[in-house]
Amino acid sequence: MSIYQKNEVKEVETSRTLSLVVDNQPGTLARVIGLFSGRGYNIESLTVTEIDKIRSLSRISLVTRGTSMTIEQIKSQLLRIVPVHIVRDLTLEGPFIKSELALVKLVVKGANRVEALRIAETFRARTLDVTLSSFVFELTGKPSKLDAFTDLMRSLGDTEISRTGVSAISRGNKTETKLLDQI
Amino acid sequence: MTVNYCSGAEAVIRALVENGVEVIFGYPGGAVLPLYDALFENNKIKHILVRHEQAAVHAAEGYARSTGKVGCVLVTSGPGATNAITGLTDALMDSVPIVCLSGQVPTHLIGTDAFQEADTTGISRPCTKHNYLVKDADKLCEIIHKSFEIASTGRPGPVLIDLPKDIQLSKIKYVNKNTKFKKYNNNNISNIDENVINKVATLLLNAERPIIYAGGGVVNSGQEASKLLTKLVNLLDCPVTLTLMGLGCVPNTNKNFLGMLGMHGTYEANLAMHNCDVMLNVGARFDDRVTGRLNAFAPNSKKIHIDVDKSSINKVVSVDYGIVGDCTKVLSVLVQEVKKLHNQQTIKSKSKWWSEINHWKEKNSLGFQQIGNNIKPQQAIKSLYEKSKNFDTYITTEVGQHQMWAAQYFGFSKPNHWMTSGGLGTMGYGLPSSVGVQIAHPNSLVIDISGEASFLMNMQELSTIVQYKLPVKIFILNNEWMGMVRQWQELNHGSRYSESYTASLPDFVKLAESFGITGLRVDNIKNLGNTIDEMINIKGPVIADIRVEKEENCFPMIPSGAAHNEMILSSDDNHKDTSGEGLALV
Ligand SMILES: Cc1ncc(C[n+]2csc(CCOP(=O)(O)OP(=O)(O)O)c2C)c(N)n1
Ligand SMILES: [Mg+2]
Repeated sequence: MSIYQKNEVKEVETSRTLSLVVDNQPGTLARVIGLFSGRGYNIESLTVTEIDKIRSLSRISLVTRGTSMTIEQIKSQLLRIVPVHIVRDLTLEGPFIKSELALVKLVVKGANRVEALRIAETFRARTLDVTLSSFVFELTGKPSKLDAFTDLMRSLGDTEISRTGVSAISRGNKTETKLLDQI
Repeated sequence: MTVNYCSGAEAVIRALVENGVEVIFGYPGGAVLPLYDALFENNKIKHILVRHEQAAVHAAEGYARSTGKVGCVLVTSGPGATNAITGLTDALMDSVPIVCLSGQVPTHLIGTDAFQEADTTGISRPCTKHNYLVKDADKLCEIIHKSFEIASTGRPGPVLIDLPKDIQLSKIKYVNKNTKFKKYNNNNISNIDENVINKVATLLLNAERPIIYAGGGVVNSGQEASKLLTKLVNLLDCPVTLTLMGLGCVPNTNKNFLGMLGMHGTYEANLAMHNCDVMLNVGARFDDRVTGRLNAFAPNSKKIHIDVDKSSINKVVSVDYGIVGDCTKVLSVLVQEVKKLHNQQTIKSKSKWWSEINHWKEKNSLGFQQIGNNIKPQQAIKSLYEKSKNFDTYITTEVGQHQMWAAQYFGFSKPNHWMTSGGLGTMGYGLPSSVGVQIAHPNSLVIDISGEASFLMNMQELSTIVQYKLPVKIFILNNEWMGMVRQWQELNHGSRYSESYTASLPDFVKLAESFGITGLRVDNIKNLGNTIDEMINIKGPVIADIRVEKEENCFPMIPSGAAHNEMILSSDDNHKDTSGEGLALV
């Protein structure tokens, strides 16, 4: 933030989830990330994968944080990137679903093994791998649920955690098909 | 048809021709030899051999900004590409349409640290509007066509195409420009809305203290935008001020023109900005050099912002109405609406506002005293203007005090006649830029207003000037100092002149002569006029070493961290010491 703005009233920063459709090209992701680092914006989570093979399009789900002025800037700046086709602000648009996948390895022996399985069951986590001294659980859902689960697992033993970052989509029957057809 | 098959390099040249390229500024090397071979065979594109790749980009910028066309650059891989980076950043900051072709090692060697390999797309990503690495020869033509569209539409900017040598040598089928390609994006948004235009027009007509502040976006939009802007100013009979990049889009002779605004703008322009009740910003971006301290910027005004780039709106200053669109389009509907409403109502009298402004004008903030025999730099520019205004004169500048004096004392009556590095402030911009301008306008008077330190940064281009017989006039305001640095050290750092003296200067007259061009020198005010006449009348290039008052400062000035109404008019103005926060500002 510029020093010129020091005396401005502090506006609250909120978390926003953006959903982008971009060309699946080398360099696109680098441009998006470079924008955030170059202009000092926050990235809390970012996921990207191809969603349309024929048109070679990828979706980037992105969670960021900032004042409403900053968020508007981020959206306009993203739209300036040539291979970025669609920028949607899911937080602003209405109800939406945010989901994430976590793989949690827990090294555990003795009584805590039963406890771990009980917690996993409560969270509806799947057990993907078992040895006499470890488990690998898979859990999907809201980031906050994943946080709670990983915290509990940590208290039971040595853990290794891999999370995908948030993937998001709006609720209801609205789709982007029309917008995509213009590309 | 067999004709449609050609080498990648030939396809590149063909695609350039198809996109209207007549001149390309470049420098050869191993990775672009096939392209140079194709250039050798062609007779449609003229290649200008610069002496440094940075200069190639600046020359293309000068060409682009003085013509409105896309400037084209060709450099080799590795050092050729890295040398071009400053130029590309300059073009990005000042929204200049450039297509830069760079050579690259063959695709199978990419990533092996091959000789003269650099990650050119990686390095240039943040300093281009877009860039490509061509890995698939079949995409080559499409990429070139798209690059020209990207560079020149919306907010213009530089595009780089990295061309591996094997792609240049491969056989491909040429693809025409008007082939239907996948759209690169649909983001050239525009939100021109009748309702908003009506509200804005009403606001402007009912304002008691309106001001129009316009910038480079008007120049970029084309000459029509400048005409429309002048029309709007005349219709509203309101004051207008221009940014450094916007100079010329309202004629300097227009009675409503208050001069440039900002850090070295006129007192009346900055005070009118500070005190206005309605501000219309056309194609400018509230740059920190213009606004001064933001929380004291035009505090009691409604603000309207017209810009082709949505991200410029509400970036640093929140406005009441943001109109996204090309200046020509928006201005033409706005002018119509103002005309229509103007016929229905009597316009608010602005005589009180004008008398206030005239009162500020009486300060004569650009006044200076030319006493004694020493040449005041301000006088040098003033005389240069007087003696060149009847020619079709194009001015380029370097960066420093001389640049600000040129902006203050030279009058611009038309857009596209003033080329300066505004956003990046690149010393060494002016000389290569003048090469591009003179190539585009062979019969016009092209003058690089230079400082002795800046001149040294790209003076190798003298050789280019001689090779192509370009009659560029290099007007050096020689104060033996990095004057602008010295001025800040005087004002902010207790006159501790750390490393800002330009020691060991060459004899500029002899330097000129060593290149076979004319060198002139003047150090007495009595001979200034004659020297300028002589410079203008000489057919070929000239270096004029204008020895000016060495410790002159550039005023008026808004000290860093200060507001428009806190500007100082001279060194004697006892301005408060620059605040700690101000000291941290550039
Ligand atoms: C490439 C580059 N390096 C450093 C600077 C910082 N700088 C701004 S003005 C200036 C001094 C310019 O001196 P000169 O060309 O003699 O112009 P004067 O101010 O004396 O008119 C310097 C070093 C810059 N703008 N560009
Ligand atoms: Mg100097």
